[in-house]
Amino acid sequence: MKKVIMGNHALSWGAQLGRAQVIAAYPITPQTQVVELLSEMCASKTLDAKFIKVESEHSAMAACLAASLAGARTFTATSAQGLTLMHELLHWASGGRMPVVMGNINRAMAPGWSIWTDQNDSLSQRDTGWIQFYCASNQEVLDTVIQAFKVSERLLIPSMVILDAFALSHTYEVVDIPDQAKVDAYLPPFNPPVRLTPSDPHAFGGLTSPEHYFEFRYKLQKDMEKAPALIEETGREYEKVFGRYLGLVEDYLCEDADIILVTSGTAGYTARVGVDLLRREGIKAGNLRIKVFRPFPFDKVRQILARAKKVAVVDRNISYGHHGIFYQEVKSALYGADHEVPVFGFITGLGGRDITPDTFREIAGLTLAKGRPEEEITWIGVKR
Amino acid sequence: MKNKKKHEKIIFQSEKDVPLMPMSLGSMLFNKTGAWRNIRPEVDLSNCIQCGICWKFCPDVAIYIENEFPVVDYDYCKGCGICAEECPSKCIAMVEEEK
Repeated sequence: MKKVIMGNHALSWGAQLGRAQVIAAYPITPQTQVVELLSEMCASKTLDAKFIKVESEHSAMAACLAASLAGARTFTATSAQGLTLMHELLHWASGGRMPVVMGNINRAMAPGWSIWTDQNDSLSQRDTGWIQFYCASNQEVLDTVIQAFKVSERLLIPSMVILDAFALSHTYEVVDIPDQAKVDAYLPPFNPPVRLTPSDPHAFGGLTSPEHYFEFRYKLQKDMEKAPALIEETGREYEKVFGRYLGLVEDYLCEDADIILVTSGTAGYTARVGVDLLRREGIKAGNLRIKVFRPFPFDKVRQILARAKKVAVVDRNISYGHHGIFYQEVKSALYGADHEVPVFGFITGLGGRDITPDTFREIAGLTLAKGRPEEEITWIGVKR
Repeated sequence: MKNKKKHEKIIFQSEKDVPLMPMSLGSMLFNKTGAWRNIRPEVDLSNCIQCGICWKFCPDVAIYIENEFPVVDYDYCKGCGICAEECPSKCIAMVEEEK
């Protein structure tokens, strides 16, 4: 069945098709419609889930964690200030191995108060031990929620499914709504090995001495390292059933590209239009869209970028005192590679400033004009 | 998992033996958290109106209703005093614990 839906509703549909059992959420612009539709789905019983109203995002995540420990498939959604209020609980989710799936709408952090997109909210959660998927279309949002339940529950590691404020959250697109029976066959019910139950009562997350804490962290990292292969495997499995592959990265005309523009989120699809324009002008450009940021797909990124003569990483985020966050990841991925590729870093589009195909033409021009980057950050579009 | 019954300290020699989730290794059936208590609730049943408010408010589920009257489970009651505070007929007293 095909429907024209907004990005936020693609998250709600993903949660419904994934048969989430407990939803605890607090509304925040630009995420509100995710929760609105989920509450309607629960009220009309198209989704058989317990909907818990809470007084803050911190409580939303706390409720999800307890439900997850009790063996329920749990879903929530938030954005920006809400996500950062949850920060402590994000560590609880991964450290306690509770596979919650959460939608996050990328919204710029205040101050100044903003509701428009950039990635600093979710990228500030980089080291919390969550898998992070950055989506570029409403179809991808819906499909990724279903895949995220599967990956998270297999590894007992929580996942964030991330989409840009307005550019995706409020944009309507045609989305294929998968058949429920096929989703059920793809995604079996959540069945954790250990759970909170009166018949075998345990305390979870209690005092852990230096004799064992280190081993818990070691095991979390070891399981995180299994995620790239599992994402590809479940992505191929998804393709077999639904005809759409869900991978770690997506490359567009990278095969013979002299310059590869590295992007994430909706900027990735804008970059494709930029690549087409550049190709028409005789420049062999390509686009690598990084979909999974954690775990970082080092092998894939290395493999694709090694072919290029130049790489330009376009960040809609910044690590103050360092530079673009994807830029630093890409550089670390290429460290020690056989063939050294000059990597240029660009920051643009903060706080919802538009990124257009011309942005990528400008970036490609600047990258091709120099042999090596002369600065760590080249700012695109700052009024100076 | 049953070792806790014998009150032995469990130290794993390999990460392979450490469970996936940080959790109490013995069942909470053997981990009697009532030992943390410094003050204990004592219920004067002659003034109890059987409203069930203490049962409802206890954050540790350490109050049971037996024959329609509250019974404190001292194995798990940590002595927070919420039951005494909430009791409308003031029939629960918090008494210094002697150790």
